[in-house]
Amino acid sequence: MTQIDVNALANAKAKGKRPYFFDDPAVERVLAITMAVAGELAVTRERLDTVERLLEAGTSVTKANIEAYRPDDDAARERQEWHAEYINRILRIVHQELEGLQNDDVSPEQLADDMAAS
Amino acid sequence: MSTPLPPPYDRTAPNALGAEVRHDEKARFDFLANLNVHLGSKLFPGTKTAFEKRVAPAFKKTKGRDLANRVEVRDAMKGDPVYQFWAALRRNTMEMRQQAGRSVVYRQFDKLTERARALNDAKPTLKLDPTTKIPRYLAAVDNHCMPGSYYTEIAPDDISGPANYDIGIFVTGAGASSARGDSGGRAIVKFVRESFPDFKPKRIMDLGAGIGTNTLPIAEAFPDAEVVAVDVAAAMLRYGHARAQAMGFNKVQFIQAALEDLDFAPGSFDWIQTTMFWHETSMPTLMSGLKRVYELLAPGGMSLNVEQPNFTATTTLWDQFTKDWDAWYNNEPFWSKLHTLDYPKLMAASGFAKDKLFDGYANSDVEPGFYPDWAKVYDRHGPEKSVEKAQKRGWYLFGGWK
Ligand SMILES: C[S@@+](CC[C@H](N)C(=O)[O-])C[C@H]1O[C@@H](n2cnc3c(N)ncnc32)[C@H](O)[C@@H]1O
Repeated sequence: MTQIDVNALANAKAKGKRPYFFDDPAVERVLAITMAVAGELAVTRERLDTVERLLEAGTSVTKANIEAYRPDDDAARERQEWHAEYINRILRIVHQELEGLQNDDVSPEQLADDMAAS
Repeated sequence: MSTPLPPPYDRTAPNALGAEVRHDEKARFDFLANLNVHLGSKLFPGTKTAFEKRVAPAFKKTKGRDLANRVEVRDAMKGDPVYQFWAALRRNTMEMRQQAGRSVVYRQFDKLTERARALNDAKPTLKLDPTTKIPRYLAAVDNHCMPGSYYTEIAPDDISGPANYDIGIFVTGAGASSARGDSGGRAIVKFVRESFPDFKPKRIMDLGAGIGTNTLPIAEAFPDAEVVAVDVAAAMLRYGHARAQAMGFNKVQFIQAALEDLDFAPGSFDWIQTTMFWHETSMPTLMSGLKRVYELLAPGGMSLNVEQPNFTATTTLWDQFTKDWDAWYNNEPFWSKLHTLDYPKLMAASGFAKDKLFDGYANSDVEPGFYPDWAKVYDRHGPEKSVEKAQKRGWYLFGGWK
């Protein structure tokens, strides 16, 4: 057995200075952690989906059966649709911002000023 | 428009070295592939809206003139919140893909090393040269954010970096690279067969072949030819050779050498292929390299290069900016300069006759038997990621005959 630290190796950084895109890098760190957690929830959800499908088929829910499960075309499609819907939901705020931009939304302050003008 | 659904990871070809990808690991890859599709098809178009609606107008207002070049576009975009979100998510998704792939590989590190050793053991088709020097352009940054790049070894006979490369290649293009990641190689074969039906190469070199993903379709299509995959990175060749052997390609040779000191007689090859190779080198290497390619070709031989297309007079500043994105933010430093070059001019300067040059787009069909019918192949050519018919739009290539 080669002595390696699996977790440290999995987390290795690519050489080269990392670019940060937000004005404050702290925002980016929190976003990265949020997306990683979101990913892990998606993994758990897919596992739960497998468990449900095994139960539905009357197969016993064992680790080995979960590993051996292969979704057919329809089940695979439903799972991908779930991912798409899920990602859409968690990125809502960005899309709404975009929609506001597309529609040339005016700000509440500006509206308030407009309404107040005599 | 609903989000296109990529094929599931479960429907890719099983790893040739027998790496186990567990239920949850596949699910993680599926999440990341779907996230990439979402970023490309839903969020990325919004960055253009932001550019047109507020970034470009604001620049004009303060500067009294339009944006003049892609670096100005880049700098102007930096402050835009929608762009910041898209870019931060894209970078982060690439990093997550590396983490996901590496966690699959390192938990079975010993098993995979042993498997490769057994497949490579005493085979004359694998020729490694420990004196090979890693060029500075590879050593300075890890290309496309892959930790350790192609060449880093953490133990004797290490193949872990390339194993991660192979196992996670699916995520970047969300399956567009095909079930074995070889749509580039299959596109090359289709292009050569259709364009040059009488071409019967006896000796083929794939330069910068990596793990040979795109070499094997060529070897399959020309079974009588001697095929040599050359790369500077021993780890890639060890993995690639083991993979080829496991897939039944027993004759393909994997040879370690830097292009800068290839040890073959002039005129040795009928076809020298490069696939997504030059953009990870440098200007001096590209200029001397194409000359070397010309020299190594036999009369009547062909140089064929799959690469990033150059910018043309009609490439908008916005497209230039987005196509250069990887140069700045995905550790592909030469990519930006490469876009501005003139391939025919370079080829001519390397010895190729002007009237024997060609270029075009190669495309492959989705390989039957793997993906469900509903799966939409996803475009990996540049961050704009148009979704359907990705493989039809294809791979840009340029070449010439000696
Ligand atoms: C982007 S990969 C492309 C791999 C392969 N052609 C494919 O299509 O999958 C570039 C490869 O070129 C190799 N490389 C870079 N510089 C090289 C050089 N000077 N001589 C030989 N190989 C080199 C790297 O090690 C890496 O495996």
